[in-house]
Amino acid sequence: MFPAAFDYIAPGALDEVLSLLSQHGDDAKVLAGGQSLIPLLKLRFAAPVIVVDIGRVDGLEGVRRENGHVRIGARTRHRDVESASDLRGTLDVLLDAAPLISDPLIRNMGTVGGSVCHADPAGDWGAVMLAVGAEFVVKSAGGERVLPAAGFFEGPFTTGLHSDEVMTEIRIPVGAGRSGGTYLKLERKVGDFASVAAAVHVVLGGDGRIATAGIGLCAVGAHSIKATAAEAVLAGQEPTDAVIAEAARLAGEAAEPKADIRGSAEYKRDVARVFVQRGLHTAINRAQGAAA
Amino acid sequence: MAVDTTEAAAASEAARQAMGGIGVSLARKEDARFIHGQGHYVDDVVLPGMLHMVIVRSPHAHARIKGIHSSAAMAIPGVVAVVTGELLAQHKLAWMPTLSGDTQAVLATDKVRFQGQEVACVIAETKYIAEDAAQLVTVDYEPLQAITTPQQAIAPGAIVIRDEKEGQTDNKIYHWEAGDKDATDAAFARAAKVVSLETFYPRCHPSPLETCGCVADLDPVTGNATIYMTSQAPHAHRTLFAIVAGLPEEKIRIISPDLGGGFGNKVPIYPGYVVATAASLLIGRPVKWIEDRTDNLISTGFARDYYMDGSVAIDENGKFIGLRVNLLSDNGAFFADAQPSKFKAGLFHIVTGSYDIPAAHIVANGAYTNKAPGGVAYRCSFRVTEASYFIERLVESAAVELGQDPVTTRLNNFIQPEAFPYKSASGFEYDSGNYPGAMKVALDMLGYDELRKEQAEKRAKGELMGIGVASFTEVVGAGKGKDYDIAGLRMFDSAELRVHPTGKAILKLGVKSQGQGHETTFAQIVAEELGIPASDVEVREGDTDNTPFGLGTYASRSTPVGGAATAVVARKLRDKGKIIAAHLFEADVADIEFAKGKYNVKGSPDNVKTIQDIAFAAYTNIPDGIEPGLEGVTYYDPPNMTFPFGTYLVVVDIDKGTGQVKVRRMVAVDDCGVRINPMIVEGQIHGGLTEGFGIAFMELITFDDEGNCIGSNFMDYLIPTAWETPRFELGETVTPSPHHPIGAKGVGESATVGSPAAYVNAVIDALSHLGITNIDMPITSDKVWAALRSKGVTE
Amino acid sequence: MKVTFEINGAEKSVDVEPRTLVVDLIRTKLGMTGTHIGCDTSNCGACTVLLDGRPVKSCTLLAPMLEGKKVTTVEGLAAGGKLDAIQVGFHAEHGLQCGFCTPGMMLVGKALIEANPHPTEDEIRWGISGNICRCTGYMNIVKAIQHAAAANAAENTAGVA
Repeated sequence: MFPAAFDYIAPGALDEVLSLLSQHGDDAKVLAGGQSLIPLLKLRFAAPVIVVDIGRVDGLEGVRRENGHVRIGARTRHRDVESASDLRGTLDVLLDAAPLISDPLIRNMGTVGGSVCHADPAGDWGAVMLAVGAEFVVKSAGGERVLPAAGFFEGPFTTGLHSDEVMTEIRIPVGAGRSGGTYLKLERKVGDFASVAAAVHVVLGGDGRIATAGIGLCAVGAHSIKATAAEAVLAGQEPTDAVIAEAARLAGEAAEPKADIRGSAEYKRDVARVFVQRGLHTAINRAQGAAA
Repeated sequence: MAVDTTEAAAASEAARQAMGGIGVSLARKEDARFIHGQGHYVDDVVLPGMLHMVIVRSPHAHARIKGIHSSAAMAIPGVVAVVTGELLAQHKLAWMPTLSGDTQAVLATDKVRFQGQEVACVIAETKYIAEDAAQLVTVDYEPLQAITTPQQAIAPGAIVIRDEKEGQTDNKIYHWEAGDKDATDAAFARAAKVVSLETFYPRCHPSPLETCGCVADLDPVTGNATIYMTSQAPHAHRTLFAIVAGLPEEKIRIISPDLGGGFGNKVPIYPGYVVATAASLLIGRPVKWIEDRTDNLISTGFARDYYMDGSVAIDENGKFIGLRVNLLSDNGAFFADAQPSKFKAGLFHIVTGSYDIPAAHIVANGAYTNKAPGGVAYRCSFRVTEASYFIERLVESAAVELGQDPVTTRLNNFIQPEAFPYKSASGFEYDSGNYPGAMKVALDMLGYDELRKEQAEKRAKGELMGIGVASFTEVVGAGKGKDYDIAGLRMFDSAELRVHPTGKAILKLGVKSQGQGHETTFAQIVAEELGIPASDVEVREGDTDNTPFGLGTYASRSTPVGGAATAVVARKLRDKGKIIAAHLFEADVADIEFAKGKYNVKGSPDNVKTIQDIAFAAYTNIPDGIEPGLEGVTYYDPPNMTFPFGTYLVVVDIDKGTGQVKVRRMVAVDDCGVRINPMIVEGQIHGGLTEGFGIAFMELITFDDEGNCIGSNFMDYLIPTAWETPRFELGETVTPSPHHPIGAKGVGESATVGSPAAYVNAVIDALSHLGITNIDMPITSDKVWAALRSKGVTE
Repeated sequence: MKVTFEINGAEKSVDVEPRTLVVDLIRTKLGMTGTHIGCDTSNCGACTVLLDGRPVKSCTLLAPMLEGKKVTTVEGLAAGGKLDAIQVGFHAEHGLQCGFCTPGMMLVGKALIEANPHPTEDEIRWGISGNICRCTGYMNIVKAIQHAAAANAAENTAGVA
């Protein structure tokens, strides 16, 4: 199985990438780790005229804290998030999600930004980014935009990213307050896409109440879903079993799953509920144990 | 003295290890090339001027072909030919015979009958060009209604799939019965209890990690046809090539190099082999065809797809007195099952299993559907897997209905050790067995009683835990040849052994390893029989020019048949060695003794000639009237099958919230008779248990209503990784086969045959108190969830 | 286009179509057939190579992506006629049957114990979960990697002593 022929270029500078993208528009595809794009090329589901490899552009990798944000270079490999152990206690959900992405070899090549931009409805990072309230820095020859994760995912493999833009960075706000999170994924085996997954991120206030809660759902709709009603019902509340159960119920209702070989819509909706319920308990326990 | 004894024992053990005879876990002789990356598989074959072939396949499950357009493909530089069925028809090759006496389209001419069927082949200078051009071959189709289940197929008025077959007016393939209907009816009439089960063993696929393929090299000058191919049965394939393609058999050389697994998938002849061969003949250059994974999954030999229902009649003492089974098989668009020709549902009639059931009646029907043909036995001896699954699931149901521990139900009904040889109600003669013995070892290893207590405690708390039991009996090692043949070729096998003057030997076999370690195991048999160290015995297989005719490796037949042939030929040479020894000793042949590679005259045990001395003499100092050399060949036609057995126990925990099943423990006690290389035997069992696990929980080829294949790549056809795979605990008992020269039975498939029922029974055991009696494989989390919710269980 | 990289310690410069897959480059252009193709969809790991020391699936890499990188294949494991500990482990523990997944499994195993010299069984199973073996049931592959880890540890201890 081989791709159809294409032109290939690997510029050394971002400006050159952006200029190529503005020149070629939809005929161009950006290649980062290639773990989503290359299979599509091989299956001939995608046949770009030119592939623009951003692998030689400096400054697109790494996880660092700066100005109240965790900043993740868009070309950072999944593996490097997995091993960013200092995120524990701040962004547990990232550390829990990263090792569940595909398999260890794919994680050595695949990139966070590539996965977010690919926007597979069953891709793990989308739900995580919605849960933590990430922002995406995207650049084009015309300038820079910062897009919130909420609203970024528009449909299967469709995002707010324009064809002349490339994502350069993911920014995740990390404020005061104790936080905890987790990622729960139902997969049929290692390497599988999610049948259902839920990302949960909770910040507790000084009074022990839930200050904010972020819940992202994966693989239960046309795109990653932010369970806003469930988030709203948690905000400002004592973290009781009852309020968690109610939030989980609302999250299940926010899911818009379709029946397929992995199970019925009812099944997936119920697993979303179960995962959010379990995830909230874990997240809150972790936050309660965390230092402010 | 104690020290001396220990030293003597150590020396003896060291000698045993150095010899590498039967019972030694000798590290494998074949490993060296593989760990250096020097294994030589079909896709590694590169010949000068070699072209590449890609197959254009049907996107429809059922459609009439209105036209095939290849001019755009031909226009691409580097494309050499586009072969269609029309071209093949000119050479009478558009259709070929199947292993079950049916016909199969090589390239479709009139209709396509399954999604993925071969329609055209593009042959080009590189594989990239061939794939590019294949995209440009366009076919006009008139879609027809697709039939995707055998129930639809046999319903009145169903569209006829095989309308090209003379006299075929419906979609029925065969009707076959075994056992005694009247005796079975009588048993059911007097039964105190009848327990029934309806179950479906879904379609799955052997999918060895190496796909199928070939390099066909037909020399237009000499007429020699050398075909490198992924073949588990190279000799049978040579004969079939001669018949199908009309090639002179003496000119055909099939070379089956290293195989990256087979599991039954590399038994049939596929259209790709035939077209590549024809193309090489027509073009005059070598042609390579290598499947991609989708080609492999959607068009080559699948397994199972059996709908089974049946009942067991039980008397007032809890004894099984009769068994009835009906099965409906989905054979796909062509009846291409790989099985002995007299048996339309393979050896399914072994379905009485490990139990003494005096009366049985089996009715089998097969149907054509718009699905890929095949029906190979995926790591199984001709449908034994389906049979074993059915009886072990039915016994589980019987235990539930009798309110018994499933172990008790089995112990009450096992064929007893003293009853062997045992004649089964469906006509088999079981050679040997000790079923309660294997069961006891397994129960002890698991700590069965303790786990039952834990289960009761968990159940009281609403937690779900199950213990599954399966006590399978297999039937492997076909023939004998009078009863078992494939396409008329009787199922014997062969071994040719030559000891060279320096005492080193070469053994050539008609079977063909796909990873089972033949190069080591069979050398060990020679070591045991002749006393030539296994390290001095080179084993050759897979090249039809250089090995004796045999039927190949599948159905766990290599050790039962090829291994027997090896022992017998080694004994022939041993006997000839006695004549030479008598000459060297100037003694009478009747006075020569042989043990562990040494000859001596009776009464003079210290004056010995080694087998190496004898080998040298065979070429340098042979007695008058005796042929020089030390070489022989044996064609071994086994007197009966062998019947390996065992008990498998599985412990599972079930997540009520998601329906996920976690296998906590898996204990497998196998009795395959005498173990030649225990390490290799255990490796075979590990592999089979894993494939059984895959089948039980994730491996599935299914179809939507339009006949689109779901499970057409490894994203959807799920194979367990190291993470999901249970950690196996193995045990053994040894009950030799009385008719096999070294008492061995064959073990390659036991674990795939026996384990699915154990896994499924464990899940059902966790759920039966809720009234859940069956979940068909694969047991996916959504099915368990649905079963739980149907009983009101939720998190 | 021209791509220059290092493979098993030797620099190579090859002329390829950009769409060439690395696995195909290695097998066809370089004639090293120890790297296999099992699935085409990056699920099986038969094509595993080390890229700058990390195991990756070479069926899901384009040849131009190798520019300036270091590749190790199974052919590069044995140095100067001496087997790597991972090769010894696979042979000693019967960690292979048909041999088709073996090159990839050995490379993953080698990278794993280099990063984590004393892995638990769980860590090994997790680490090799991107590679499918159809024959062994993984039991002896786990043992093979443990064998290699123990051999490395013994060698390091011997060096210290």
